[in-house]
Amino acid sequence: MKIPYPVLLKRHEDYPKWLPVVTSVGAVLLAFIISGIVLAATGANPFTVYSYFFKASFGSWGAFSDVIVKATPLLLIGLGCSLAFKMRLWNIGAEGQFFIGAFLASAVVMVPLVNLETTPRWAVIALMMLLGMAGGALWGFIPGYLKAKLSINEVIITLMLNYVAILWNNYWIFGTWSEAGFQMTKTFPRSAWLPRLADFADKIPAFSGMTAHAGILFGIIAAIIVYQIIYKSKWGYKITLIGDNPRAARYAGIDIARNTILVFMVSGALAGLAGMTEVSGVVHRLQERISTSYGFSGVIVAWLAKLNPFAVILVSILFGALLVASREIQPSGISFLIQGITLFLVISSDVLLKYEIKWVRPSQETAQ
Amino acid sequence: MNWIEIFRSGISTGTVLLIASIGEILTERSGIQNLGVEGMMLLGAMAGFKVAYQTGNVWLGLLAAIAAGGLLSLAHALVTIHFQADQTVSGLSLTFLGTGLALVLGEGLTGLTAPVIPSASIPLLSKIPYLGPVAFANHNLLVYFGYLLVPLTWYYINRTRPGLHLRAVGENPAAADTLGVNIYRTRYIYTFLGGCFAGLAGAAISVAIAPGWYSNLTVNGQGFIAVALVIFASWNPWRAALGGYLFGVLRRFTLDLQGPRMLLGLANPFFFNTNLVFFLQMAPYILTIIALIWGSSAARKKRIGSPAALGVPYQRGERGL
Repeated sequence: MKIPYPVLLKRHEDYPKWLPVVTSVGAVLLAFIISGIVLAATGANPFTVYSYFFKASFGSWGAFSDVIVKATPLLLIGLGCSLAFKMRLWNIGAEGQFFIGAFLASAVVMVPLVNLETTPRWAVIALMMLLGMAGGALWGFIPGYLKAKLSINEVIITLMLNYVAILWNNYWIFGTWSEAGFQMTKTFPRSAWLPRLADFADKIPAFSGMTAHAGILFGIIAAIIVYQIIYKSKWGYKITLIGDNPRAARYAGIDIARNTILVFMVSGALAGLAGMTEVSGVVHRLQERISTSYGFSGVIVAWLAKLNPFAVILVSILFGALLVASREIQPSGISFLIQGITLFLVISSDVLLKYEIKWVRPSQETAQ
Repeated sequence: MNWIEIFRSGISTGTVLLIASIGEILTERSGIQNLGVEGMMLLGAMAGFKVAYQTGNVWLGLLAAIAAGGLLSLAHALVTIHFQADQTVSGLSLTFLGTGLALVLGEGLTGLTAPVIPSASIPLLSKIPYLGPVAFANHNLLVYFGYLLVPLTWYYINRTRPGLHLRAVGENPAAADTLGVNIYRTRYIYTFLGGCFAGLAGAAISVAIAPGWYSNLTVNGQGFIAVALVIFASWNPWRAALGGYLFGVLRRFTLDLQGPRMLLGLANPFFFNTNLVFFLQMAPYILTIIALIWGSSAARKKRIGSPAALGVPYQRGERGL
């Protein structure tokens, strides 16, 4: 077989630590350049769009607070995806797990499961968090179980469950829980709201109007926990081993089926918690459009962060900014476009980590 | 309920899944899994509609859709074949990319009307009772194309020399390489073909079966269902056709279920509580899951698996499978 291009790939034994950072940052920059070209082709001025982008997301503390609001679900979902991807489990179902988490968390208020007048706020919120995570874990259990026991492709199952979850939510918000025929529930009482920066405006005036909520703290705590799991715990070692070399893991006596289900449930629980923070911290009700494809953007966040929990924090802020800016930008598909191109460039750049690239002359090639 | 109409429309909508699945079968048979069918279909739907609208010629629209799907698939091919990237992640980013491109380039197309693929009846065959009106009367031409596509692809894969090479590349690339089959080129060709079919399937929606551009609701998950159908079909075009039509019929059936006040002599719950519609809408997705569970156990019994090298990048000189 003639090598169709004059480049030779040689397997790296090891690569310098800074290389993944450089390739990731390079991928993002290149994605913006390519998207700019597409923008220009559609007649928009990419410089205007991008400067607007920047202003809309980092132009002021208020804008940055909005970015944090968007980054919160991305962070939680990105962490869940990182854990699953570490084991090479393709959980593309964060979107569905997010919705089921939001649904069960809302059930605390809508059923209601506790007396909202008398139960202290922290208890209501704790219960909502618990149920949110349980909902996500349940939705993660299904593909995990099917993968572990029947070796069914988890990508398809998680994707299908996304649609089911969204329709399930629709049933409740259009019907039983509908507020006066609108496609949303009533507004939750204050005791079911996560604290926001704006709540402290009487003490710190600068916080007035800022909607960033306690969910970001959950995200940061989760990042620390997931980091400890992946890099410092025996379980994390098992997960990594299964991901890198399932055969060796099996010989080592690791129960792959059990870990598949478990990792899927933890991954789902994090997405479910993201759903809870969204209803309890942002919209304060269950409604139709609580997610702007967080579940899918989370996949990209995880990949761009090279599955490193602390890098996930930074990347989710960057993507939060992208989402904030793209709310007001036309054409609306541009954020999808940038995300798609970024992901493509990131996975392409991985080749630089795996291989040393050498240019060879055709004469050398035939000598191979 | 009008059963003739349900089956007729089932065949018509099922054609979309059929075309996309057959494309994906070709791609996967070469060892490349492309989960980006959804994105390629959406881009195809947009390109087909836009070009048909602008030129007034629906056939040019079809060509544009085929080209758009094919070109987009090359990104996946490059990244997975040459860069050996993970095929799942690459396929997913292809969906993003296709969706983004389609939404950006399809800006302002909503609500417009473009020419559509003409319909025709087959003489004689359309006169057969029941079967005639269901399968051979007043269908758009892509439906008939679907009828031809199934046996042709089956014959190509199983009975021709290039088909043999295709299977060899997907099952045992190292052996195929020794026999002089160009692995990279083969995989490029079939990934590209799969993209072309996906683009065509997208256009089958936007300029034939449900004419119009409804942004990302135009395809609405059918690309993912098509990928699932491939597994359900055990990589066999005949079973893909069966699955596609079955899904089409089911889709129409759940729509029609909301119509009558009485059902089997009882009050029809879907008529009186319109919110139950959401459960009907879940049907195709839940059915896909059930089909996969069923397909996986059937495959185990008959020992038919996926192409052995599916998802595994090939590099010469490295021990493959």
